[in-house]
Amino acid sequence: MEEFLPFLFNGLSISSILLLTAIGLSIVFGMMGVINFAHGEFIMIGCYSSYIASLVLGSKGTWTALVLAFVLAFALAFAIGYIVERLVIRKLYARPLDSILATWGISLILQQVARNIFGSNNVEAPMPKILNEGLKVSEGITLPFNRLFIIIITILVILLVYIFMYKTPKGRILQAVMQNRAMASCIGINTKKADAFTFSLGCGLAGIAGICISMLGSVGPSTGQNYIIDTFLVVILGGIGGLRGTILAALLIGLCNPFIEYFTTSSMSKVIILSLVLVVLQFKPQGLSPMKDRTID
Amino acid sequence: MFEIRNLTAGYSEESAAIHNINISIPKNEICAMVGSNGAGKTTLLKSIMGLIPSKQGEIVFNGADISKFDSERIAQLGIAYVPQGRMIFPYLTVEENLLLGCEVRKMDLNKARDIGYTYFPDLKDIHKRKGGMLSGGQQQQLAIARMLVIEPKMVLLDEPAEGIQPNVVQDIGNILKKITSDLDVTVLLVEQFVSFALSFAHSYYFLQGGEISTESRITEENRNTIIKSIKL
Repeated sequence: MEEFLPFLFNGLSISSILLLTAIGLSIVFGMMGVINFAHGEFIMIGCYSSYIASLVLGSKGTWTALVLAFVLAFALAFAIGYIVERLVIRKLYARPLDSILATWGISLILQQVARNIFGSNNVEAPMPKILNEGLKVSEGITLPFNRLFIIIITILVILLVYIFMYKTPKGRILQAVMQNRAMASCIGINTKKADAFTFSLGCGLAGIAGICISMLGSVGPSTGQNYIIDTFLVVILGGIGGLRGTILAALLIGLCNPFIEYFTTSSMSKVIILSLVLVVLQFKPQGLSPMKDRTID
Repeated sequence: MFEIRNLTAGYSEESAAIHNINISIPKNEICAMVGSNGAGKTTLLKSIMGLIPSKQGEIVFNGADISKFDSERIAQLGIAYVPQGRMIFPYLTVEENLLLGCEVRKMDLNKARDIGYTYFPDLKDIHKRKGGMLSGGQQQQLAIARMLVIEPKMVLLDEPAEGIQPNVVQDIGNILKKITSDLDVTVLLVEQFVSFALSFAHSYYFLQGGEISTESRITEENRNTIIKSIKL
């Protein structure tokens, strides 16, 4: 049992980061159907938010700075997401090819802006000291606090998103717009406002993911790029439209990863996981947990 | 109350379009628009709801021309729409579907539940089921209930009898009659099922090839003659 603990913990840690980065995309891509290649850059905005917070509040790495960073990351990513939706995405609904190109362009622009402001070198955001320590389980096995903290944040974020989307009137309104835009407007819903809010929410959640990534190491203008493929992988494997599939997919990929890596190498494990996903999609083209209904009959 | 003047609308020249439509519906009356497939019935309702742009003409509701409004604004004026295919939100539950319009308008949800489940008691037993899992008839009932709970001033129905078992069709007819007096609603009903629609309508328009060919008020004396005279 004890030998498995590091694997399990590593797997959970990878799952939590995958899930946190994918949750925003699951909303934007899975529910709205917008392919947002700039999702990684909204993660990057979150990464830099903790750096900005440390510039403002001093580089001691306090909890206050961390809380401020979380608020800033969400607000900043949400606001920039809102502007992007108003200026670009709004004109490209139901035009997936154009939105791929446009969001790719936005991704390049945001990276360059980050380079111009913060320089092309990676920066490190100081974190509260305790996050760099760990929980000593036994001789040789220590569970780092920062990874534990990320797992907790992930659970919290998922819970909040779930409650918001499925248990509040506002969430139901957003769901209705995503499920049938024309009918939603005929019921009296302002669909343009709902679109802008949903997209911005997805971006804001990417910002939160960014903070967590900045806890693991230094961050740079292209940090977000490292995550974009994995997040799309999680959302596609999970199936379009629901949170449940995304959670399932993140757990599956995350938990498999350390075991496969143990027997092979880290690049080989990527190949194997990608192949496994392809095999799964052959048998379940809709993903692991697609939404079902009778409207297709 | 509701008037359409010289309305021309349609997606393009090729698809079903409507030309020079003139109709007028007095308050709290039921008007039936009958016609065969492709006559432009759905196009007419969609253009009233702002889902299809109207090229010329006016749609006057309570004294205001709404032909250039977007769907959301038209809905907020109190015009409710039961589209063809019902368009129930598939992943919301029956109750969430029912109350959504009231949540948007910040109306009293308990009162809305009351109205909905009084008119359609069957919906209460399945209120937790997902909308997409309902049968066609259940979806139709839900679509009409969803329209009633927002306490509309006017309702537009697109073939509510389509694919519904006969006794439910009768129920729908009775409910439409009832709401015009009880809930102060004006009804525009689009139907192919002529004998059903004209059995309770106060007036009718016969739509052929995108234009109105005949129209008349319906009284108890001329009702059966009119029903027999219309051949789709």
